[in-house]
Amino acid sequence: MNLSLRLGWRNLWRHPRRTWLTTGAMIFSNVLLVFMISLQLGMYQLMIDNSLRIFTGHLQVQAPGYNDTPHMSKTVPDIKQLAAKLREVSGNGNVAARASGFALFSSAERSYGAMVIGVEAEYEPGVSSLPGLIKQGRYLNNSKGAEVVLGAALARNLKVSLHDELTLMGSGKDGSFAADVVNVVGIFETGVPDIDRNFVQMPLDRFQEVFSMENEGHTIVALAEDFSQIAQLQQRLQKPLSDTEKLVLLDWDALSPGLQQAIDADMASAWFMYGILILLVAFSVLNTQLMSVLERTHEFGIIMALGLKPGRLGRMVLMESTIMAGMGFVIGTALGSLVALYFHTYGLSLPGMEDAMARYNLPGRMYPSTSMVSLCLGPAVVFIACILASAYPALRLYRLHPIDAMRSA
Amino acid sequence: MNFPWHIVITLAWRNLWRNYRRTLIMLAAIVVGVWSMIFMTAMMRGMVDEMIRGSTSTLLGHAQIHHHLFRDDPNISNSMPPPSARLKAVLAQESVVAWTQRVRVPAIISSERESLGVSLVGVNPHAEEGMSFLADSIEAGRHLESPEDKGLILGARLAERLETKLGKRVVIMSQDPDNNIVDRGFRVVGIYETDPSNIEKQFVFTGLNTAQQFLNMGEQISEIEILGQNYRDTDSLIAPIQQAMDAGLSLEPWYEIDSYLGSMLPMMDGFILVWIVVVFIALSFGLVNTLAMAVFERVREIGLMLALGMRPGAIRFQVLAESLMLLTTGLMLGNLLAWISIVPLESGIDISAVGQGLEMAGMSSTLYPSLKIKDMFTATGIVIILGLVASLLPAWRASRLEPIKALTKT
Repeated sequence: MNLSLRLGWRNLWRHPRRTWLTTGAMIFSNVLLVFMISLQLGMYQLMIDNSLRIFTGHLQVQAPGYNDTPHMSKTVPDIKQLAAKLREVSGNGNVAARASGFALFSSAERSYGAMVIGVEAEYEPGVSSLPGLIKQGRYLNNSKGAEVVLGAALARNLKVSLHDELTLMGSGKDGSFAADVVNVVGIFETGVPDIDRNFVQMPLDRFQEVFSMENEGHTIVALAEDFSQIAQLQQRLQKPLSDTEKLVLLDWDALSPGLQQAIDADMASAWFMYGILILLVAFSVLNTQLMSVLERTHEFGIIMALGLKPGRLGRMVLMESTIMAGMGFVIGTALGSLVALYFHTYGLSLPGMEDAMARYNLPGRMYPSTSMVSLCLGPAVVFIACILASAYPALRLYRLHPIDAMRSA
Repeated sequence: MNFPWHIVITLAWRNLWRNYRRTLIMLAAIVVGVWSMIFMTAMMRGMVDEMIRGSTSTLLGHAQIHHHLFRDDPNISNSMPPPSARLKAVLAQESVVAWTQRVRVPAIISSERESLGVSLVGVNPHAEEGMSFLADSIEAGRHLESPEDKGLILGARLAERLETKLGKRVVIMSQDPDNNIVDRGFRVVGIYETDPSNIEKQFVFTGLNTAQQFLNMGEQISEIEILGQNYRDTDSLIAPIQQAMDAGLSLEPWYEIDSYLGSMLPMMDGFILVWIVVVFIALSFGLVNTLAMAVFERVREIGLMLALGMRPGAIRFQVLAESLMLLTTGLMLGNLLAWISIVPLESGIDISAVGQGLEMAGMSSTLYPSLKIKDMFTATGIVIILGLVASLLPAWRASRLEPIKALTKT
């Protein structure tokens, strides 16, 4: 066995209590970091997934400028053919065309304005979780019918129930008057207040007819199987687009920039706190190592007088810190992973936070992510910080004079 | 017993500086820890204060009176008569800083280019002053002049979406109490800008009487907003008003109307406490270690003092005094550092880089840290008490040394 390693190990146990206290600080912060980081990453995944799967999707094809100012006149021509073409190359078939507008909906008693979205009933379930969230009745099932599904809050406000009639009034793409009488066939509840209060969906063909859109639409939505495959899907879809019209393919970050920014803001404030915690642990290590070097001044003087180079002693001191940091890493990560795994299986609910979570489309119960990164990232930073902290005591050894050192009591 | 306070305290202070490097490192750790406690607390407070201030000035106030069905179903048919003489008398009391009445209905606004859904709010501009953001946020054009004002004020983002501007006409469509569709042209007389900017897309304002006429609702109104002295003390504001209300009306404080905002306060208080304790635990490992080492180095010395007749209690007190001095010095420097670092930031920190993300949380893109004396005391108190508890073990061990064994230890 390496000599520095053996000496380092023995030196550590000359003061077992001190060693354990220092390692204890590392274990404490590692357990906390593992738990917090895995919870955060799990939360972000859910936030992105829940927000995007409900309606936005991972990628959208639009006319340039539509994302910033969604005017009805900025259309994608021949949208159904284009969507069909993209569906073929997508690999998973999760591509659907949409058109959207705004209209006043009136029931017998009430009138409310709402977003109205023309969808391809057949393909919409592939890109959005909304069709699966129908609480009453059914989702749209054909492309021509005078029927709509709407959010639960809107249905309540309009005082309509299944099979009631609604009139809709708005203006078409060319500025003409658009009106229709439609039947409520389904009511959905997503839990997102904006969508439940504000969204009506109707078949795309009917929408194009009512709003004088001919064969045009506004967006083609695509959903990847999971998050890691978005880039690949983007490449596939880009190819047929580039040789046709002037259309843009936007990813989720461009479609809902608030999401990534909310995550960035949360990450930044969290790392400020983690940074403080890690700094405190590093101070603790610095203190311990400096003390252990100072109390051995006499001993080191003798060793150096016998011909050992200061570099060798420095390596030994660094080895001591590395062993301590290693113990902290292993024990801390193991305990932290156990905690994370427990909550990964059983979920963690934070009472009193339901309202705050609903803002980010999060359910009441959270599941920490248990990937290599989420479990090891925090402890790895602690490990490095601890070794850096012992650099000062180790470097001090270069200034040690054997004679002076041996004289010190 | 004649306890040698004076000597023990002098000894403790001198002992602290025998190994100045160790003490300085520990001191640095305490200073950073205490600074981070107070700094984080000030940031969190600033954030939540700003959120609440922003929301309460966005047509929320500290409490509101509605028709009892209005909150569930914010429709024109759930409007209420203007305040009775009895209610007005209560609202004139000192605990009420200001109050105002409004019409608020969902509506559709159309320009030549676009139609969008908004909330049409009919206001009395004079009563509104000091209550909502509107009066201070007019960027172009003019504010409404009276409840009869027939002009319309829109947000800048909405005007952009509608491709309309000052002086142009827009059409507003809504329903009257009998579910007849009513529409009417309005001239845009003012554009407002506010933060968070998604508010700009939601509310359009006109005169109260104009709105009542347009919607055929006579004297009826949708809501009364009340502003009290302090958002934290709504109970004393609400109680007398509750007595004076007619049947069929309901009165709710802000934290019930906006339950997300309401949940922020206890959440923040809890978070601050957890953070202080976590930082302290991280510190305490170092603190206990430092004290244990200090005792270990002095085993012979302590043995000698015991052999000479010093009471174990005095030894214990000496170690605790050392710990207390270390903590107090660290706390003073930490508090000072926090104060120095926060005061220049109080004019606001620009965090608009993540502005759209913060908008999701209802926050504006400037953060004003808010340093409260109370928070400094809380952090200081917790650190001193827990710090002494953590020092008990090394102090107790030091006092339990046996003089003979300690003296012969090499």
